[in-house]
Amino acid sequence: MTDSVITSNAIKIGHTSYNNPLVQSGEDATFFVRNLDFWYGDFNALTDVSLDIKKKEITAFIGPSGCGKSTLLRCLNRMNDLIAGTKVEGTVLFENANIYGPSVDPVDLRRRVGMIFQQPNPFPQSIYDNVAYGPRLQGVKKKAALDDIVEHALDKANIWKEVKDNLGKNGLALSGGQQQRLCIARVLAVQPEVILMDEPCSAIDPTSVQKIEDLMAEIKDQVTIVIVTHNMQQAARVSDTTSFFLQEVAGEPAILVESGPTSEMFTNPSDRRTEDYITGRFG
Amino acid sequence: MAPEMTREPASKMTQGRDKKGSTQGKNVANNVALALFWVAAGITVSALAAILLYVIVRGIGVVTPAFIFTWPHGVNAEGGIFPVIISTIYVTGLAMLIATPVAVLAAIYLAEYARQGKIVNVIRFAADSLASVPSIVMGLFGFAFFIETLGLPFSMLAAALSLSLLMLPIIMRTTEEAIRAVPRYIRWGSYGMGATKWQTVSRVVLPAATARIITGLVLAMGRAIGETAVVFYTMGQAINLPITPLDSGRSMPVHLYLLAVEGINMQAAYGTAFLLLVLILIFNVVARYISKRYSRIKE
Repeated sequence: MTDSVITSNAIKIGHTSYNNPLVQSGEDATFFVRNLDFWYGDFNALTDVSLDIKKKEITAFIGPSGCGKSTLLRCLNRMNDLIAGTKVEGTVLFENANIYGPSVDPVDLRRRVGMIFQQPNPFPQSIYDNVAYGPRLQGVKKKAALDDIVEHALDKANIWKEVKDNLGKNGLALSGGQQQRLCIARVLAVQPEVILMDEPCSAIDPTSVQKIEDLMAEIKDQVTIVIVTHNMQQAARVSDTTSFFLQEVAGEPAILVESGPTSEMFTNPSDRRTEDYITGRFG
Repeated sequence: MAPEMTREPASKMTQGRDKKGSTQGKNVANNVALALFWVAAGITVSALAAILLYVIVRGIGVVTPAFIFTWPHGVNAEGGIFPVIISTIYVTGLAMLIATPVAVLAAIYLAEYARQGKIVNVIRFAADSLASVPSIVMGLFGFAFFIETLGLPFSMLAAALSLSLLMLPIIMRTTEEAIRAVPRYIRWGSYGMGATKWQTVSRVVLPAATARIITGLVLAMGRAIGETAVVFYTMGQAINLPITPLDSGRSMPVHLYLLAVEGINMQAAYGTAFLLLVLILIFNVVARYISKRYSRIKE
């Protein structure tokens, strides 16, 4: 009991630090981002972003199109490295280690920080092989162990019941929503510490959206989740912390307007621009 | 105009059928275009059908088990063509074995690893040019290089090496296209869970591209199996059952050519042509089957 009280206190203290980038992150921050600037070639897409992402919470990035929220998300597992001509400045600590440091292998980072994309992207292989992909990369070979991992991951991703009799079926033959849950299972199978979700529900049916939101709530005690979403109801429903991004002038870099507990952000945002966006005045 | 037309009541639209309305004009254009497509498709299909029918009608009577499984005799115009069939399959298979790994690896490098820019474009241009070199020139080169310069005998190996030059660009370009056709977001899925580039390429991209790569292989094989000039220059013309790659032989297209040119036995020429078509058809069907198995989506 005492422990949990202390933890919740720590979270509260953590929140107050959002508006003050100089305050060091607490123990509960998985990501510690300070003064991050991002460039696509000559275009400065994001500037001076500072925020903490808390461990075993769901953080939502919201904002209108082009506000850099997906860009920031991809900075967290260095997926932007795959895009030619991009550049990052500033500090990104993951578990207190600088992920842009010279000794960091992005491949290793991405195993710990998995990613789900807007477009469900199962491999054109069987459902089983999709989920077993990651464990196999890590050298798991025994059938029994793989079977176990596959079942467990599919179960966590809320899709086991639908596919358990058809594990040999091609992943592409599933519906869009099932494909997305399969992709989540695929990522869960490598037991990442963080899952980054880039608008995971924008291309799928409402039933599956519901199932994905449910599973997010179920797994968040084991894994930290950061979700980019256009859907503010979704952000309000699923997230603990919300960060609002905005590009105020076209061609100028986007900024992090504010970040805070979701309940506060949606009922009593401190910034006028956040209020305008949330109440639907623009975006 | 447009808003007025939509406001027009439906009854008027149907009445207007007799009048020269724009709908009618569109229908005429549509019918003309459709007719043209039909004619074009008809010409293509009937050309194919005519060739096939001609060869089948003339050749099918000749093809007996004896024709397939016995040796020729006389001036090589009588009897069967067994060693010729084996030589053809032998040289085509050997050429595939040589060309496929080189071409596929080159394609993987070009599509996945090479920095896109001038050099890659030069390589692509070279491959495309190689693909359009007339086969007689390729045969001459094969003769000059593999036989005259390297000192290989007229053989399966010399012919297969020369044939692989023809196949290389075809396999390379189709494989490259196949790899490029694998959507980026599928690769991201792999990278996004901590796979290295090679793991992503070998375990996700290549399997996803396999069906199309096989299509390229079939195209190349079709080109090789029917190739006359290259083989003529490099394999010799002797009727011989090849055992080692250094044995000479006579391939079916060459046999067909010699029979037809000398006019000794046109029957046997048509029989050979028919068998050649059947062989190509079998390769195609098998390849389609394999390609389907790779790209299968179980319902």
